[in-house]
Amino acid sequence: MSSVIQYILYLVVLIALAIPLGAYIKKVMNGEKTFLSKILTPCEDAVYKVMRVKKDEQMNWKKYAVSVLIFSGIGLVFLFLLQLLQGVLPGNPQGLSGVKWDLSFNTAASFVTNTNWQAYSGESTLSYLTQALGLTVQNFVSAATGIAVLFALIRGFIKVKADGLGSFWVDITRIIIHILIPLNLVISLCLVGGGVIQNLKGAETVSLVEPIAVSADGEILENAEIDLDTNTVTVDGKKIEDAEIVTEQFVPMGPAASQVAIKQSGTNGGGYMGVNSAHPLENPNAFTNLIEMLSILLIPAALCFTFGKAVKNKKQGVAIFMAMFICLVLALGTIAVSEQVATPQLAQDGVNISMIDQAGGNMEGKETRFGIATSSTWAAFTTAASNGSVNSMHDSYTPLGGMVTMLLMQLGEVIFGGVGCGLYGMLAFAILTVFIAGLMVGRTPEFLGKKIEPYEMKWSVLVCLATPIAILIGSGIAAVVPSVADSLNNGGAHGFSELLYAYSSCGSNNGSAFAGFNANTVFLNVSLGLVMLFARFLPIIGTLAIAGSLAGKKKIATSAGTLSTTNGMFVFLLILIVLIIGALSFFPALALGPLAEFFSNVI
Amino acid sequence: MKTLKNVLPRAAIIFLIFTLLCGVVYTGIVTGIAQLIFPDKANGSIIEVDGKKYGCELLGQQYTDDGHMWGRIMNIDVSTYKDENGKTLMYAAPSNLSPASEEYEALVRERVEKLRAANPDMDETAIPVDLVTCSGSGLDPHISPAAAEYQVARIAKANNMTEDEVREVIQKCTDGKFLGIFGEETVNVLKVNLMLDGILEK
Repeated sequence: MSSVIQYILYLVVLIALAIPLGAYIKKVMNGEKTFLSKILTPCEDAVYKVMRVKKDEQMNWKKYAVSVLIFSGIGLVFLFLLQLLQGVLPGNPQGLSGVKWDLSFNTAASFVTNTNWQAYSGESTLSYLTQALGLTVQNFVSAATGIAVLFALIRGFIKVKADGLGSFWVDITRIIIHILIPLNLVISLCLVGGGVIQNLKGAETVSLVEPIAVSADGEILENAEIDLDTNTVTVDGKKIEDAEIVTEQFVPMGPAASQVAIKQSGTNGGGYMGVNSAHPLENPNAFTNLIEMLSILLIPAALCFTFGKAVKNKKQGVAIFMAMFICLVLALGTIAVSEQVATPQLAQDGVNISMIDQAGGNMEGKETRFGIATSSTWAAFTTAASNGSVNSMHDSYTPLGGMVTMLLMQLGEVIFGGVGCGLYGMLAFAILTVFIAGLMVGRTPEFLGKKIEPYEMKWSVLVCLATPIAILIGSGIAAVVPSVADSLNNGGAHGFSELLYAYSSCGSNNGSAFAGFNANTVFLNVSLGLVMLFARFLPIIGTLAIAGSLAGKKKIATSAGTLSTTNGMFVFLLILIVLIIGALSFFPALALGPLAEFFSNVI
Repeated sequence: MKTLKNVLPRAAIIFLIFTLLCGVVYTGIVTGIAQLIFPDKANGSIIEVDGKKYGCELLGQQYTDDGHMWGRIMNIDVSTYKDENGKTLMYAAPSNLSPASEEYEALVRERVEKLRAANPDMDETAIPVDLVTCSGSGLDPHISPAAAEYQVARIAKANNMTEDEVREVIQKCTDGKFLGIFGEETVNVLKVNLMLDGILEK
């Protein structure tokens, strides 16, 4: 019972925070006064002065798109070079060497596209300089880019017979200075208060209570008797030569909290540590977990309300929000139940998976402090949003639980999705829905007073199909490349799931993983990098093209013939279209992976 | 081409500005405030007694002595980290195994047998699930109260303590749910063991 209350409270708190934030973001988008203007607007103006941008500049959709692409391109090159050269740069107390070219490309593509797929492991690969100057910066600007493109689309709906969609430079400046920086200062200080590390020291070592014996070839010796005085190791009375006694543990350090805050709130998801927010120094307790988990969906949910307010049709914002929310709740319910029930292999004789004095259920890959409820909620949130951070290992989820996380990504990350990009993706689906519904009842398709014509339709279809194309072609090619088989951690159907999950995650710019999969090979780094770039920038161009075309149209008055886009029927149709496109595209692939694994257990 | 010439320098300048703002200023402010207000937590919650660092409160270790409380199953990594003298350091990783395979079933059975052999007083009592599973970080510092209770008889015997004395130590190292609702109740295994060893005060 108490875990049900926990699930409900997570959702209630999320909505309670998202509504006011949505109103605030709308003010920022229009440059209106907010309670923080006094402090922040001077900073904003200073930035314009340095970069010589006019506040009222108007870009047409092509210029807006070119600005987005060039800005992201610069970020890509900078982050790529920063990693290659980190070995000779300062801010590297661990003395890590430069990152290999393919991994650098992959990580750069991954952070510029707001995916934050982790082929790297933070604490053993990247210097503090790379983390702060490279990853943290991209966490901010890639999130801001997504929101900016959404703003341009919203202006497309609002403007009448106009050419300009606003200025990309002004938009990202406002988003970073008025929204992301203040929000993340608050979040990161909460996190440090809760026990997340934030320092500039090199890694620490601490003593082990029980030393460990390791043989010369790196195997751990079990049942070994260790004599620290004479430095000898004996197993079953036999002395082992050349055995090493490990007496200390590695404790990673560094500026984690500041990066964790923005990786959560900007739907980035790239962990400071390799195991992301499952790591106790990145997410030490239920309090930090609550903050981090709510941050995942906070901005994506708030933007639905921003949208409603901005187009002066609050009901429209609520309708879109409801469509997303219903899908989220269904997914969360499925994951929660299948994780609590666990698998027959785990729930065998002699194992207690009850909920008495423990979380029970499938605890493989889950932390004790989070149990099933908090882990399942995070898994649903992070794959619904294109966040991709984890606080438990999705690879070790039950077949059905793991499949739902995969499906949430394959739907194109429109169930809240990434900051900005989730909502513009969903709006493309809404345009598709209006068109299909219009055809069914024989009315001219229109959405928010703008006529939907073949031009918008073509681009919407491209935006909606970019993710399935990227995922299916990518994983299809990978499945026939022989070397990829070596990267799998599990055999059989679950092995295929690992591969499918990797391409789903990159193709939807999510970034989470079935982490047993060793993604750090040249082929996977390059192909996954390309998949991420494709799935990010094609929809951006499509969205801006739609925005440009809509802005140029006149507004038509609502009449009795207008199909309502705010009622329950529309919400239902929208969900249906999202599910049909997602399910039809992916059913064959899912049948080979998670479904096969699930049914082999049932039968 | 003209737009390109126009946009490129401006994009470069704004990228530079945000690199400074988000990478240096933001990170700097957070680090500064963190070190000022929460120096202990910001530096890794390390347990230090008389100048010796006995462990990190938030990182799990492996325990196999009968007199110590055992934690989650660990997938130990001794190949990634070395200290400056080349000595191996211990770290750990999640298993990432599917819980629905036959190999996994066998693995869990093996763990159950090992735990039963080590805890003869518990007879056929079913073993709490966190003792036979690997955690999400591989470094989980906690176990559930049920998993702690399962080991009480063994720990008491090995340390010549009464069971209630052991329970008292466990109680001291138990944290409730946040606000009584969020997360799960946890027992910090390192703290229990440092108290059993007399390094931390009981």
